[in-house]
Amino acid sequence: MIFKVFKKQELARLHALLAVNIIVGPVSKGNDRNGKPLYDFDVVYDFSDLALDYTQTVHSPKRFVLPYQETLSTFAVSRDGWEKHVDLNVYRPLVFFGMHACDINALNKLDLVLAQSTYPNPYYMGKRKNLFIIGLDCNPEPQCFCRSMGTDSAIHGFDLFLTDLGGKYFAEILSATSFDLLSQITCQDPSAKDLARYKHVTSEKSKHYTASVDTSDLTKILDLEFESAAWDYWGKKCLSCGTCANVCPTCYCYGVAEQVDLDLQHAGKTRSLHSCNLIDFAKVAGGHNFRPQSASRLKYRYYHKHRGFVEAFEESLCVGCGRCGAACLADITPPEVIASVRGKE
Amino acid sequence: MDEQLSYLGVPLIRPRVGFFELSSCEGCQLQLLNNEATLLDFLNLVEIVNFREGMSERGDTYDIAFVEGSVTRKDEIARLTEIRKNAKILVALGSCACFGGVNQLKNRFRDPDWVKKEVYGDFPIETMEAHPLADFVQVDLSIFGCPIKKEEVERIVTDLVVGKTVHHPEYPVCMECKANENICLFELGEPCLGPVTRAGCDAWCTSNRRGCWGCRGPAEAANLKQLEEIMHTYGFDRETILDRLECFGGFASFADTIRAQAKKSPARRKKS
Repeated sequence: MIFKVFKKQELARLHALLAVNIIVGPVSKGNDRNGKPLYDFDVVYDFSDLALDYTQTVHSPKRFVLPYQETLSTFAVSRDGWEKHVDLNVYRPLVFFGMHACDINALNKLDLVLAQSTYPNPYYMGKRKNLFIIGLDCNPEPQCFCRSMGTDSAIHGFDLFLTDLGGKYFAEILSATSFDLLSQITCQDPSAKDLARYKHVTSEKSKHYTASVDTSDLTKILDLEFESAAWDYWGKKCLSCGTCANVCPTCYCYGVAEQVDLDLQHAGKTRSLHSCNLIDFAKVAGGHNFRPQSASRLKYRYYHKHRGFVEAFEESLCVGCGRCGAACLADITPPEVIASVRGKE
Repeated sequence: MDEQLSYLGVPLIRPRVGFFELSSCEGCQLQLLNNEATLLDFLNLVEIVNFREGMSERGDTYDIAFVEGSVTRKDEIARLTEIRKNAKILVALGSCACFGGVNQLKNRFRDPDWVKKEVYGDFPIETMEAHPLADFVQVDLSIFGCPIKKEEVERIVTDLVVGKTVHHPEYPVCMECKANENICLFELGEPCLGPVTRAGCDAWCTSNRRGCWGCRGPAEAANLKQLEEIMHTYGFDRETILDRLECFGGFASFADTIRAQAKKSPARRKKS
């Protein structure tokens, strides 16, 4: 990896160079009822709109590669037959300006399923391949347990990763595009002082984690605790509303529906993200529901994240961003659920 | 209007439909007429034989009857029974028809005569408590919402014409609200029935920063007990949740349960 440092004011120039593309970044969304600032990813037109000191966005960057609802194909229907039109819905390259490590890792995990599997998903691939990602270091929030999931730093899946050293940014360069880009602004090689500062910043970050999940032997413990009363306890609280899956940067389960247009001359096929917590998730033809109880649906969400995915890919599908727990009105959080299944209240 | 309706060369029957209203604001029917962009396609799909709000002709030969409004008078029972007899499929259109709607708010008062006096004064009028259609006739299909979402009615009518099964979302409004990338209204300090109300409205109100009032009735797995906890945690008292649960009638049984509990433990009435 190549490392560079540049002065903070150079970042606006970097933004200007990239502004021929659509830039998406963290922006302020006001405050919550307790005055805590809220952030979300949005298209950014002005450098000053970027909230680079953001804590965590309410929603993940998922929708930019995996929209909540996407038209997969449309059909022109006539008396004699039909014609299918496919649009991958990729219009222009997208620049992500300031993505935290957890979200970069989340995209890497989505790649395992949607890009690197036997049948890559072209709708996802089209968008994913057209991303330019500038990563940004962060300070852990109370809900963050990324360190437990090994996703607190990003090793790949970005073009450039910036760490705030105070007056300067420490830049990790991972692509030729980002190297060329940095050559257009004023950069230096990091000095011994910069490296010392970088090490100080990362060690300071370590001190701020408050949440954690014990992942040791978790796949086996989940197997052993299939009948645990803990699932019923959390199941009773669960609203079966799908909020956890919608804010999750890695939940990718979906349903596909076909709809005939009102004029009977057109039709379409739409993919909508679904959630394993929704009551009809495991409902099959004929009306049988394999998981009518919210406890079993909630359990399988944890099984997919922390057991099934680990067995298939040797890593968890959870990045420990804690968004699901923060967004859950019933206060169901992964650290608490997993601790209770382990028998540690 | 095309001579013969067809989809993929397969001839379809153009259903004869009638739109009717009992006690209601007729806003649901207006929603259909409002959608000018697709109105001609909609009119091509069905043969309307009765639609007081939209045309002068009246006919009683129809396959599908869409009935808006709740039943609040005895003559409406007779009219509804007649419509049921004429129709192959009877559709409850909107929250009044499905649950009693806003009209059923009057049922919540102990003294119906007082309500009548408050509203009508000394004007002589025959009125009883508000009922959903299903209290008197068999309802084959419900279209929820106050008002109905026109896109949803168009989808349902298209599905009926081409012979597809009509599906309603079983999950709550939260699902659609999050897909619209809204910040949760509870976090912004507003109460909301989104976590327990049936979706299908595309989070119409919450996307416009108005908490859900539950016009579409309960979702299939509505966890009301947890919603009560949440309301309490976020500082809303029991009356706030009841105001919303009782507004459209879809949650009437849940509201009754909460009221019964309130009698047993009145302390929770007050904000803690």
